[in-house]
Amino acid sequence: MGLADHMTEESPDTGRPNVDVSAAPAEAAADMPLLRIEGVSKTFGSFRAVDRLSLDIGAGEFFALLGPSGCGKTTLLRMLAGFETPDEGRVLLGGRDIAPVLPHERPVNMMFQNYALFPHLNVRDNIAFGLKRAGMPRAAIDTRVAEMVALVKLGGMEKRKPDQLSGGQRQRVALARSLARRPKVLLLDEPLAALDKKLRESTQLELMELQRRLGMTFIIVTHDQEEAMTMANRIGVMDAGRLEQVATPRDLYEAPASRWVAEFVGDVNLFEGEVTSHEHHRLTVATRDGGAIVVAEPRQPVTKSLVSVAIRPEKLKLSRRGPASDAVTSEAINRLEGVVTDVGYLGGSTVYKVKLDSGAVVRSSIANTSRLDRDTYSAGQRVVAWFRPDDCVVLER
Amino acid sequence: MGRKANRLSPFNITALALGMAFLYLPIVILVIYSFNDSRLVTVWGGWSLRWYREFFNDRAMLDAAWMSLRVAAVSATIATLLGTLAAVGLVRGERFRGRSLLSGMLYAPLVMPEVISGLSLLLLFVALNAERGFWTVTIAHTTLTMCFVTVVVQSRLASLDRSLEEAAMDLGCDPVQAFLRVTLPLIIPAIAAGWMLAFTLSLDDVVIASFTTGPGSATLPIRIYSEVRLGVKPEINAICTMVIALIAVIIVIASLVSKLSSSEAKSAAPL
Repeated sequence: MGLADHMTEESPDTGRPNVDVSAAPAEAAADMPLLRIEGVSKTFGSFRAVDRLSLDIGAGEFFALLGPSGCGKTTLLRMLAGFETPDEGRVLLGGRDIAPVLPHERPVNMMFQNYALFPHLNVRDNIAFGLKRAGMPRAAIDTRVAEMVALVKLGGMEKRKPDQLSGGQRQRVALARSLARRPKVLLLDEPLAALDKKLRESTQLELMELQRRLGMTFIIVTHDQEEAMTMANRIGVMDAGRLEQVATPRDLYEAPASRWVAEFVGDVNLFEGEVTSHEHHRLTVATRDGGAIVVAEPRQPVTKSLVSVAIRPEKLKLSRRGPASDAVTSEAINRLEGVVTDVGYLGGSTVYKVKLDSGAVVRSSIANTSRLDRDTYSAGQRVVAWFRPDDCVVLER
Repeated sequence: MGRKANRLSPFNITALALGMAFLYLPIVILVIYSFNDSRLVTVWGGWSLRWYREFFNDRAMLDAAWMSLRVAAVSATIATLLGTLAAVGLVRGERFRGRSLLSGMLYAPLVMPEVISGLSLLLLFVALNAERGFWTVTIAHTTLTMCFVTVVVQSRLASLDRSLEEAAMDLGCDPVQAFLRVTLPLIIPAIAAGWMLAFTLSLDDVVIASFTTGPGSATLPIRIYSEVRLGVKPEINAICTMVIALIAVIIVIASLVSKLSSSEAKSAAPL
């Protein structure tokens, strides 16, 4: 499929979430997701950057690849763009294997981390660059550029060179340039890393709005979990070239698949122990320090006896000791006593570090729902840390 | 404190003045004496443009000057072409084997004594039975100046963000188009600076030219050198002054161009 085909074919239906895949073989298109990655590997020297990774991404999705630096997420993105060729495996776009297709012939565009704006061209020519290469007529280019400039709110800047723009404006030019060709898939490599916090947050919302409006498939690479959680409707967490878990932001946080994911995404308290009993949909886990934790039975049956129990800090609540607290906490089957060692006030919430009598240190995050300082604890105070069985996650690896 | 350090102390002024005098006094004397009316180089006979007129009537000297300019222009152009290609190969072809050996070999002419390069080229031309003249000098100067072009272009290329070419390819350029439309416009200042450097180096060279030139095709420096052996005529001062002026102009242009190029490099760099 030539570039010109893809431009015209895509133009009329950008408002629809279902991207046209009519160019693909008919029998494959029926049940095939827009993008299918099948057992793809990439090795640099002796370093295996991506390791037999498989993933399906549907049309109109906002997908985030999240992972620490060096986990292979950027390599995977570069393989989708065509800058790296997989050593093994296939990449299917609309049912067609694009592994042998060169970058300039792929209906995929990329927004680079450092934007890679052409310094010798002004804003207009940067945006028009890909359109000219596609052989679009001049009038159509002008219309499309004007449309893109309006889309990213850069009116009046068309004649400026990249070095006359602020960081945020450059980011918009890069976005407009990569969207101008109306790619089937837009790849974004850490698109917001160079922006300051406030600008990053507003740009996140703008990107989401844009993606919804254009109905395009966005794949974003980021190491910032908040960014991934905010923007994406599905997140793939990567580590050491493999996908640890692919899930919605909520599932990723509330039902992590492994210890590694639980620790990487958000904060977590972990207790290791052995499953000792299993009745009435409740498991009892004997922790190493001699205590016992009661947890709700997970959906997937637990096969191992040695497990970790994960509890998020905001689900670990604190109470003062004494009889008064017992009435409030009828659900508090899991009660652990300890002493507050550190108090971190964050504005919206306060994080308490509690050293339990067993020696373990846990963190509890409590929302500051009231201006007056009721229900606060100070360092050195004895408290009861408690949590509901439903709020725990049992992890086998 | 910082402002004070920037100001020149009397000691610094003296040191600077002595250093500059050491470098430029001979040249200043040469320039002044080029306007001397006297027949004798060392005796001042009043201001005059007599020796400049003399030069423009000296057929042999004019031929030599024309020869030098042609050699410099042609060899600089070939050297720029080859040197740029070598720089692109070295910077962009990062993974090929023997790359560091090749780059070391490219730089060898920078430190090779000119007598050796000149002699080896002479032996080559004799072995090939090539008639020595314009083309042999031009080829010899190309080999001399190519590595300088490579150095200049290579440093500019290395400072360019690789993702610019990738972005061009992502937007529909094949690798050749990506180079022509994105990389080339960004390294043009370095290429121009490299050409001017090659031009002045060629204009300046005596040693290699004297090995590789043939009868009847002397370059200006060779001609001057042979004249001086018979005694310095004031005409030589006039020629040298003009060469100095030409080279000064080229150096100023080259430094302006490379300044422009480095400020653009900054804007090309990521935030």
